[in-house]
Amino acid sequence: MPAHHDHESVYSGLLVNDAHWAFGTDFEDPLAGVDTTVPDGVDPAVLARYCLVLGDDALVLSHRLTEWCGRAPDLEEDIALANIALDLLGQARLLLARAAAADPSCVPALPEGSPVPAEDALAYFRADRDFGNVRLVEVPNGDFAETTARLLLFATWRLALFERLAGSRDAVLSAVAAKGRKELSYHRDFAGRWFLTLAQGTEESRRRVLDALGGLWPLWPELFRSHPVETAAAQAGVGVDPASVAAEVDAVLARVFAAADVPRPEAAPRVGGAGRDGAHTEALGRMLAEMQVVARAHPGGRW
Amino acid sequence: MTTAAEPRLAEHFEATIARHDRIEPRDWMPEAYRATLVRQIAQHAHSEVIGMQPEGDWLTRAPSLRRKAVLLAKVQDEAGHGLYLYSACETLGVTRRELTEKLLDGRQKYSSIFNYPTLSYADVGTIGWLVDGAAICNQVPLCRTSYGPYGRAMIRVCKEESFHQRQGFELLMTMMRGTDEQREMVQESVNRFWWPALMMFGPPDDASPNTARSMAWGIKRDTNDELRQRFVDMSVPQAEVLGVTLPDPELAWNEQRQAHDFGEPDWDEFWAVVNGDGPCNAQRIEHRRRAHDDGAWVRAAATAFAARQAEGGRGR
Amino acid sequence: MSGRETSPEWPLYEVFVRGKRGLNHVHVGSLHAADDTMAVLHARDVYTRRNEGVSVWVVRSAHITASSPDEKDPMFAPSGDKVYRHPTFYEIPDSVPHM
Repeated sequence: MPAHHDHESVYSGLLVNDAHWAFGTDFEDPLAGVDTTVPDGVDPAVLARYCLVLGDDALVLSHRLTEWCGRAPDLEEDIALANIALDLLGQARLLLARAAAADPSCVPALPEGSPVPAEDALAYFRADRDFGNVRLVEVPNGDFAETTARLLLFATWRLALFERLAGSRDAVLSAVAAKGRKELSYHRDFAGRWFLTLAQGTEESRRRVLDALGGLWPLWPELFRSHPVETAAAQAGVGVDPASVAAEVDAVLARVFAAADVPRPEAAPRVGGAGRDGAHTEALGRMLAEMQVVARAHPGGRW
Repeated sequence: MTTAAEPRLAEHFEATIARHDRIEPRDWMPEAYRATLVRQIAQHAHSEVIGMQPEGDWLTRAPSLRRKAVLLAKVQDEAGHGLYLYSACETLGVTRRELTEKLLDGRQKYSSIFNYPTLSYADVGTIGWLVDGAAICNQVPLCRTSYGPYGRAMIRVCKEESFHQRQGFELLMTMMRGTDEQREMVQESVNRFWWPALMMFGPPDDASPNTARSMAWGIKRDTNDELRQRFVDMSVPQAEVLGVTLPDPELAWNEQRQAHDFGEPDWDEFWAVVNGDGPCNAQRIEHRRRAHDDGAWVRAAATAFAARQAEGGRGR
Repeated sequence: MSGRETSPEWPLYEVFVRGKRGLNHVHVGSLHAADDTMAVLHARDVYTRRNEGVSVWVVRSAHITASSPDEKDPMFAPSGDKVYRHPTFYEIPDSVPHM
């Protein structure tokens, strides 16, 4: 038989550097070529902490979405959730790297000569109390309805923040927000579409999505509570005060709820401190124990 | 199904195969050709989907943000490959749901390699290097397979798969430049995966009853032993670059054959794993079944929603 | 144990991607979705996740009509030869709330 080698050329893929081989993973240094000078009049510690908490939000939710991999209702949803997790992981990596560049003192100390990059030291060598994510993102996954409801809430809120953050005086934050806007807008569409589908699907799906929304609702007000770091970052012109997007976010949600014929939940805010202050649920510590186990076992390791 | 037109149709089919042209979904084909394709493509699709599990298990423990993204993108690709291949199979008149049910009932199989556990992060690299490497050897010839939709799906799969192998090799190289403990992890992982990787090419040719017919039909392009030899010859120099020892004392270059001699895999183990007694067979199917069952209400909700939209109605 | 699923399987869609401006949409594969809107979302995630395309069309496989191929094909449904010929221009339906 004549040998047709037309397709054997895929082997050559092993030798070329194709930046598209896995979306969002082609970077070595996440901030390569970006001006990381802290803008005039901005306290580097404030900028760093602000980037860190926004990065932690993305890192923790990305991790929760990653837990769906291989477990989604269908292959198509498995792929979609992975895309969203990858987008958020990319945002987290940039924001953590930005925090480390703005204020190196926020990076945990590692043994002399450790090759672990700063953003990984922040992700893998901080204790749960040092994480500043909102509690909404750390709650364990629950069912697909809960993931849908959480993603709808989170993406709607974060999109509103990022649209303003694109005007940040910090060039890195501005660039992260400009890129993130497109991603978040897709996440919101995806979640909005599924929220509508579940709410208007079967009796069971409606019951599940209402339960999920009701369960998450007590953690929702925390996202709009201005933390001193957010207030300071907003005053310095690098960040956004989350209280300032509350009305806009509320209006968007009201439209989704109306389309889905879902009443706005009335549950009271949950007491017990705020994630931004490092006061978390029990779930975060367990999540981090798993996430950090390999990295912490090899503080001098190269990956 | 026999019709008066069948001999002429069979002639047409044979002629298409003989000139190495592709068979397309609406062409007439012998029932045995169709059945063989369904079996092979389904097994391949199932392998991609079950194959998400061994590596996916490390997603939540990936030791750096970059590795986490690489691994997630890779496991996601496997879901995509499963999807392309199920679609190719559907052109032969079966549905994805039927295929999924056959997988869960044990009526269709998947590659035995995924019944081995992943015990360290080095396994993510080793699977990329050896398992995906073996898969590439198996799959590249399939880009030229006689059935059009299968070949087209394979072109896309192979392009993505070559990056998978590269990321695995790169992870192992990086770890080999790390600590002593990391180097030990890599060697230990290679020790565990080398023989199962060789078994991925299937039983020896004299024990592979379907090979001859599949080759005559252009579904398969090389024998199991030919592909296994190619894989060994490809892997030996890569192992040298890496600085790991392949766990086969009989492995040696044969000047006369211009190929490597190598030891015999443990075929008893192979058959035991194929027949369900591997380390993780039950666990893999149970995981898949749970995901499928847990998703049933979501799929039903979307169907109900679509029906309601099509009617133009709102409200439940 | 899984029971037999009673809800019908999501229908099959064919996906066409325009790789870049100036090129035709090309058939790249299939996927399952409950309806057209979901099919577009899925197509984006499955077939353009490496930024392969600038535009995506989806069409239900069952809605494609084709000329008869040169082969007679008793294999499948005798009526309606269906292959991907002229996918009609596809617009995203307005069922997702504008947010």
